[in-house]
Amino acid sequence: MEHYVNLAIKSIFIENMALAFFLGMCSFLAVSKKVETAIGLGTAVIFVQTLTVPLNNLVLNIFLKEGAMAWLHPALKDVDLTFLGFITYIGTIAAATQVVEMTVERFAPKLYAALGVFLPLIAVNCAILGGSLFMVERDYNFWESVVFGIGSGLGWALAIIALAAVREKMRYSNVPGGLRGLGIAFLLTGLMAIGFMAFSGIQL
Amino acid sequence: MQRSVTYTLIFATTVCVICSLFVSSAAVMLKERQKTNFVLDRQAKILSVAGLIQEGEKLSPQEIRDRYQKYIVPRFVDLSTGEYVEEPTLNPETYDPKQILRDPKLSREAPENPSRVARIPNHALIYQVVENGDIKELILPIEGKGLWSTLRGYLALEKDAQTVRGLIFYEQAETPGLGGEVENPKWRALWKGRKVFDEQGTPKLAVIKGQAGTPEQDPYRVDGLSGATITSRSVTYMIQFWLSENGFGPFLKRFREGAA
Amino acid sequence: MAIGLSKKEREVLLDPLFHNNPIAFQVLGICSALAVTTKLDTAVTMAIALTLVTAFSNLFISLVRNTVPTNIRIIVQLSIIASLVIVTDQILKAYFFDISKRLSVFVGLIITNCIVMGRAEGFAMQNPPWISFLDGIGNGLGYSIVLVTVGTLRELFGSGKLFGHTILPLVTDGGWYVPNGLMLLAPAAFFIIGFFIWILRTLMPERQEKED
Repeated sequence: MEHYVNLAIKSIFIENMALAFFLGMCSFLAVSKKVETAIGLGTAVIFVQTLTVPLNNLVLNIFLKEGAMAWLHPALKDVDLTFLGFITYIGTIAAATQVVEMTVERFAPKLYAALGVFLPLIAVNCAILGGSLFMVERDYNFWESVVFGIGSGLGWALAIIALAAVREKMRYSNVPGGLRGLGIAFLLTGLMAIGFMAFSGIQL
Repeated sequence: MQRSVTYTLIFATTVCVICSLFVSSAAVMLKERQKTNFVLDRQAKILSVAGLIQEGEKLSPQEIRDRYQKYIVPRFVDLSTGEYVEEPTLNPETYDPKQILRDPKLSREAPENPSRVARIPNHALIYQVVENGDIKELILPIEGKGLWSTLRGYLALEKDAQTVRGLIFYEQAETPGLGGEVENPKWRALWKGRKVFDEQGTPKLAVIKGQAGTPEQDPYRVDGLSGATITSRSVTYMIQFWLSENGFGPFLKRFREGAA
Repeated sequence: MAIGLSKKEREVLLDPLFHNNPIAFQVLGICSALAVTTKLDTAVTMAIALTLVTAFSNLFISLVRNTVPTNIRIIVQLSIIASLVIVTDQILKAYFFDISKRLSVFVGLIITNCIVMGRAEGFAMQNPPWISFLDGIGNGLGYSIVLVTVGTLRELFGSGKLFGHTILPLVTDGGWYVPNGLMLLAPAAFFIIGFFIWILRTLMPERQEKED
């Protein structure tokens, strides 16, 4: 149990997807102008990340890994499809977001109104694919991948909401012309990343 | 533009077929080369930790292979008894510790340890450096968690199973320039001649914060990596775990007594 | 420079370098790439890989632009891009094993790099193959400029080296330069890009953002 708590804390704070690995930066900077929209996108990312990381973990273990297809037919035990990884994961992600979008629209129209616009955007968010790729590289098992999915999603959402809050306040500041908008957002993100680095000293 | 369903299906299938042909043929054509790279990389790392490749020496793939064949003898060791064992099903050339550790038949859970090693193999693959029939050095695989990543590498010991010959990591993703300096040849050179065990036979060698003396004056300590406290500490934990009773301790004990 | 190309072709190729730099002005493609800029060799490898992927994905997508059914165009684009990235990854593993080990997951993340998708959807879907190919190269180069600049600054000031060769001898090795450890950590990349944008936009006031 402790192991999972550690993993969760690590993926939320220490190895924050946005601030330590620069993932999902395009939408991170584009959608962080208002707290409200940032919360919307953040929630959508948590949702999709929690779904796709474990899903890709299953896909990897059932189909792609060397010898994973032995359950289908013993003759397939030498088949190694890991090279198809990238395309399979992105396929899973695209399909999952599509299904989620349709389900939410059908059964929870209110939620759809809040999250709907963000879901298609998420299919090509680097943080989502990055989450799955890290899961593969670090060799997480199924439950670890569930925890990592939730944790990394939460971490990303936390970062974007915090940045949006700061940017809302920036409206009252006198920013030099060249730095306005994107430039200052980069500097802010840098400062936030320094803040998050304080967590890296925590030994779990 | 809007097209009929049949057209869409046919189009999608065609794209899939073309893409998969393209990807698979690239994968199949390059597979051999990638495997060779993998094996060569390991062999070069083993040779250089053993001091059989000098720093800065460039070797052709064939030379690496020849030198490896000439000096290195891979052996499997039962970690709990410390005895040599035969593992006819595993090929030392393509041995991948990650695969072994996933397999519950070939590995088991590790006891709690500061290096956060989760599983250890039942039979670990070590390498002997043999010259004219004598064992000159032992090369032991070590691994453990660092700040970001799992570090994997080799520790080479002289035949007294006490003096370090070298340390090398073949896989790590620590912060480049800080923790990533574990790959720095200058730092690695500091390890040569250090001692591993104290009089009681417990592993004592550690990476300290700051600078340590020469191997003669300060045999149990190695300079820390500046700006990389956590990575430095994990190297200590890693070495202490793998040389302890839970790791290669039993084997090294037998080896010193001349039994193995 | 760019002899034998028509005026439009030259524009498409060179415009993204400064006037319309994808990173500085379109906020595209910053995602995955910054983590590989602590060292120049990985930054250059990444830049080349991304330029080639963008160019070829633009080319192929432009070739099918009139035949692809609208409702599946995104997934078709993704498959083409993903295939190209897999092949790139395989080639890197086969010929540049050491660098590919250090790039780890970031080669795969080219798939979701917004530049590739952005150019495919925004340019290649409307333009003939040759010009799309050039557009891909141009945007790839615009991205490369930023990446290589950041890589140079970070490796030079962070570890006193370029391509692993010592330029500023470090104090620890008996030289005079005390390396700036911050340069090697994530925040430095944000600061450098922030300043890069500041400089570009001060030079080009018409590209500044309005106050809201």
